[in-house]
Amino acid sequence: MTEKPGIISIRNVSRRFGTVTAVHTVSLEIGEGEFFALLGPSGCGKTTLLRMLAGFESPTEGEIVIAGIPMLGVDPNRRPVNMVFQSYAVFPHMTVEQNVGYGLRVTGVARAEAAERVKEALSLVKLGGFEGRMPSQLSGGQRQRVALARALVKRPKVLLLDEPLSALDAKLREAMQIELVRLQKTVGITFVIVTHDQDEALSMANRIAVMEAGRVRQVAAPADLYEFPNSRFVAGFIGKLNLFEGRVAGVQDGKLALDIKGLDRIAVPFDGHASGEIAIAIRPEKLRLDRQPSAADRIGVRGRVSEVAYYGNESHVYLKTDDGTSVTANVPNSARSTRPTIVVGDELWASWDAADTLVLTE
Amino acid sequence: MQNWRRNKFAFSVLFLPPAAWLVIFFTLPLAIVWVYSFGARGPLGEIILDWSAVSLGNYARSLEWINLEIVAKSIWIAVVATAICIGLGFPLAMGIAFASPRYRNILLLLVILPFWTNLLIRTYAWIAVLRERGHVNFALEWLHDTINGGLAVLGLPALLGAFEPLQLLYNQNAVIIGIVYVNLPFMVLPLYATLEKLDRSYLEASLDLGAGQWRTLFSVTVPLSLPGISTGVLLTFILALGSFLTPDLLGGPDSIMIGNLIAQQFGSARDWPFGAALSFLLMYATFIILWVKAMVAKREGGSAF
Repeated sequence: MTEKPGIISIRNVSRRFGTVTAVHTVSLEIGEGEFFALLGPSGCGKTTLLRMLAGFESPTEGEIVIAGIPMLGVDPNRRPVNMVFQSYAVFPHMTVEQNVGYGLRVTGVARAEAAERVKEALSLVKLGGFEGRMPSQLSGGQRQRVALARALVKRPKVLLLDEPLSALDAKLREAMQIELVRLQKTVGITFVIVTHDQDEALSMANRIAVMEAGRVRQVAAPADLYEFPNSRFVAGFIGKLNLFEGRVAGVQDGKLALDIKGLDRIAVPFDGHASGEIAIAIRPEKLRLDRQPSAADRIGVRGRVSEVAYYGNESHVYLKTDDGTSVTANVPNSARSTRPTIVVGDELWASWDAADTLVLTE
Repeated sequence: MQNWRRNKFAFSVLFLPPAAWLVIFFTLPLAIVWVYSFGARGPLGEIILDWSAVSLGNYARSLEWINLEIVAKSIWIAVVATAICIGLGFPLAMGIAFASPRYRNILLLLVILPFWTNLLIRTYAWIAVLRERGHVNFALEWLHDTINGGLAVLGLPALLGAFEPLQLLYNQNAVIIGIVYVNLPFMVLPLYATLEKLDRSYLEASLDLGAGQWRTLFSVTVPLSLPGISTGVLLTFILALGSFLTPDLLGGPDSIMIGNLIAQQFGSARDWPFGAALSFLLMYATFIILWVKAMVAKREGGSAF
């Protein structure tokens, strides 16, 4: 998908506000029909990047090409993209029908064709029958559907979504995630979504760009990002992890030998280049807890249970090792039982397969 | 919320002084004027309030043609002045609301700045600007002479002839200029308050959907600032309708307004009962306008102001 000529090419784009650099030499290729997520903490520049695609900001340096056309100096009303705003920005003085039809009216689409397309767009977002309602009579979720229909009725090459789910409650948010993926498959155009929520990005997007302080740190498919993060920042931002500091001791039988604080010398498979100070990490759900020392082929650490948090489907067990390092393990509650098997004060061995170790060089 | 209202003692301590002030210096005098409006004028200008003299005669008199004409003229001047205030005030308010925050307060200050000078002095300043030997005519004369001088240098005959100063003062246009000048801030401030609160993403959404800047202005910005527009129009219109000083100083034979008529009754005409009746008619008109505005706002679910 990435090898196709991108519908959006972002080339060395920077955006500075005074002395603040919001976006720092970002280059991205987004393919046709992709569901692409810009993910990062607030203030990382993801919204500024999206607004540059929409035309509300212009790059200080670099170039943006959409559908083969350089966007330098092209006004927002002349770009082949449409946007769903974080606040939805559904016009409060127009009915649902007038809102959705607005973009067709102002560009002179014939009345009969416009009416047809509005009807189509409203049924696409399951709002048929709401034509005459005013936005004040709609719920937040319905207003968002109006905003979606209003953008999609324009048949853009790219749909831009700025934190589209942040104003919805948790239940509705999950339903809307599935809905957005369905919509994207139905209309087949490229969606670019900005979000600070890792679950949202992981569950919806084909590809994710993780941003930090104006820079793109990693671009990858959700599973690659989660299982093979390229840095401490990406590993920590997406999912939880247990981090251990250490240093490289050498190469041993094609494996990396590491001296890790609190553990013995360990050997992990690694095909990159590493030396000096280093960190390893292991995801909580990849840990196994045993009452005896773990098998020799696994990496293990002994600890005392300091806390157990029960979530129904799983429990999070917090261990303290002898040197004070905290280790978290997620244990599935696969057997039906009301009696806890692990209690505070238990002495346990947490262990993992060496191949599951994340080696973080930066 | 509003817990102090429950505390009767604190409430009365805070409430009584302003209430007493309003009753003694506003409500009571107004009631006296209201009583006067049913009286009659004696031969020497005294106020006759006998039961035999009490009547609605003053109100009937205000409906005579000559007075209705003055009312119509006042409304016309107020309407024109209000329309010009919108035309000037909306772009001005937009300019301030969309200016960078650094300049916004300075620009607002400039709008309010005229209030720091007495209205009388500001109106006299307009006389200095508009009169026959005033600044506008000086500027026009200079332009005129420069063109003629330039033509003379080129060896051409003086095409423009001798300079005739424009008669800008003591007519209806001068009154309208004066009223627009005095009331413009009352239009700009409510418009600014509305535009400043307007969510910018509405405008961005309009642009994003393919509308140009002008289309966005008329389809989104103006409709969404209607509350501010109606407040501004109302304030400006009511203040313009009751103008007294501006038509008194800048007006001529064609521009007497209700305010001048009322002032005449309390002044040279010494007919306080008739003046009182006219004052109350003006006040009733104002109340009706405010009531209509409140009804409209209520139906739209907003507050009156």
